[in-house]
Amino acid sequence: MMSATNKVSKNSSSTTASLTTVSPRLAKNVQRHFKERVIEFILMLAALSAVFTTFAIVAILLYESLGFFKTVSIVEFFTSKEWTPLFEDAHYGIMPLVAGTLTTSAVALAVAIPVGTIAAIYLSEFASHRAREIVKPILELLVGVPTIVFGYFALLFVTPILQKIYPELPGFNMLSAGIVMGIMIIPYIASIAEDAMRAVPMSMREGSYAMGATRFQTAIRVVTPAAVSGIVAAYILGISRAVGETMVVAVAAGQQPTFTFDPTEGAATITAYIVQVAMGDLPHASIGYQSIFAAGLVLFAMTLCFNILGHIVRKKYREQY
Amino acid sequence: MNSNIQKNKASVIENLDAVRAMIKRHKRNDILFATIGLIAIMFGLLALLTLFVDLVMDGYPRFNIQFFSDFPSRRAGSAGLLSAWVGSLLVMLVTFLTAVPIGVAAGLYLEEYAPKNWFSDLIEINVSNLAGVPSIIYGLLALGLFVYGLNLGQSILTAGLTLGLLILPIVIVSTREAIRAIPIAIREAAYAVGATKWQVVKDHIVKYSQGGILTGVIIGMSRALGETAPIITIGALTFIAFLPPSPITTEVPFINFEWLSSSFTVLPIQMFNWLSRPDHAFHINAAATGAIIIVVTLLMNGTAIWLRYKIRKNIKW
Repeated sequence: MMSATNKVSKNSSSTTASLTTVSPRLAKNVQRHFKERVIEFILMLAALSAVFTTFAIVAILLYESLGFFKTVSIVEFFTSKEWTPLFEDAHYGIMPLVAGTLTTSAVALAVAIPVGTIAAIYLSEFASHRAREIVKPILELLVGVPTIVFGYFALLFVTPILQKIYPELPGFNMLSAGIVMGIMIIPYIASIAEDAMRAVPMSMREGSYAMGATRFQTAIRVVTPAAVSGIVAAYILGISRAVGETMVVAVAAGQQPTFTFDPTEGAATITAYIVQVAMGDLPHASIGYQSIFAAGLVLFAMTLCFNILGHIVRKKYREQY
Repeated sequence: MNSNIQKNKASVIENLDAVRAMIKRHKRNDILFATIGLIAIMFGLLALLTLFVDLVMDGYPRFNIQFFSDFPSRRAGSAGLLSAWVGSLLVMLVTFLTAVPIGVAAGLYLEEYAPKNWFSDLIEINVSNLAGVPSIIYGLLALGLFVYGLNLGQSILTAGLTLGLLILPIVIVSTREAIRAIPIAIREAAYAVGATKWQVVKDHIVKYSQGGILTGVIIGMSRALGETAPIITIGALTFIAFLPPSPITTEVPFINFEWLSSSFTVLPIQMFNWLSRPDHAFHINAAATGAIIIVVTLLMNGTAIWLRYKIRKNIKW
């Protein structure tokens, strides 16, 4: 009893003492608290770098494009079918570049969507666990192959083969660039689509098998419809990659901005034009210099739309089950 | 009566045959699709194999020591990769030093510190958006911001920073995934013995997630090694027949930073340069360079995937 009251009084006396002089432990706590806040602030700055990068991209593209649109009317930019900013007789119509971009992307998707989808269905529904464990990492490896190497493949391997089939095919053409781009995107589409199919609950497959359906019927009529938004998201992200792809088209599709949707011709894409101009030595703030930012802005807007669309579609399927 | 039963029996047998035929057909469809699927996968895998074999066969005359120790030259036969691989190494060093600290710090903040509100949503949306921005757009950003805005010129520093920004989303996302796998009990145990938040993060979260972070860093660095478009866009020269000043000197303080502002070339740029020449002799050099790039990136990615597999297998919380 006595010792307990003693302790209480001792405690209260030490509290009053600490009001005047901070105990070393408490002081350390304040110090610790301050250090914690500083660290949190530094980490936050690092996280903000992502926001900063996005804003910097938009700001730079808009700023330089604004300079461009001071000399070029927006109407001409979107309607003229000639793109010759570096010529004496300059025309500034982005449409030939957009046409080139869309044509190569369309060829790429015509290759990548069927093969990628079938590969995804096979991997998810038909392949054995072991086969999947082997193929999946290889697909991931394939995604990592640098695109310049695919450019070599398009120019010096695929084009000569295609020329044996169509002798009149020019050395630079959108067909071979598109096909190789498609091969490049297959693992990307297959991987995302397969993830979507794996996310379909097993009970749905079991229900289907219980009704006597075969694997093929289950895959096509049950799993694929259930995963359709994820598969579509894979396509959209594939389109976005094809549109933004640079080195394959810069090497193999040609550098001439031509308004055509014929894949057997050569034509420059938006990305190929940017590379072509950047390789030359253009003076800073000239119209040619500004034109690559205007082209870049169009490209950025296109890929941004596809990316947002892809994420919206993908989010939808995630919430379904 | 009797004839009716007979009739029924006949129709059942007929039906049975129809059902059997249907099952047979469906089984055939199954096998057919399995074959098509296998071909589809093989198509993808064989394409890469063909690509690699083609590069090695085209480039094999150039696989010798001189190819690595010679500068680029006007004569294809005596042109080498010395300035390119040294440049790649130095650019990757800058990229590593920018992307890893910022990316890991950002991942830590988003997972451990950020309150769930509009602010963290904003950062998250930006990170996932940046992952989908074409690499050439980063080149335009660097051209406007680093080359002319900050006057860094077409230097190793500019290229390293550009690629650093490019792989930042990869590092952030892999850091977050690695952190998310750590059970809450680890944090609670540390808090229970009086650790501050930073002590928990530094001594436990970072320690347990470093394998996963390393995976992301390796994948990011291999991407940076192969990226061509952003470096071309900043206007990097393609004919470099000299080495940047050495980072390590014999005099005090033994380190100099002149190399950061030096002009440079990297492996994929050198390959692009050789590839865009009409002379076929240079294409051989391009093929050899391509084979080297593929081997290095595949080795890096392979290490990362193997590492991830190992981590998944070994850690049982």
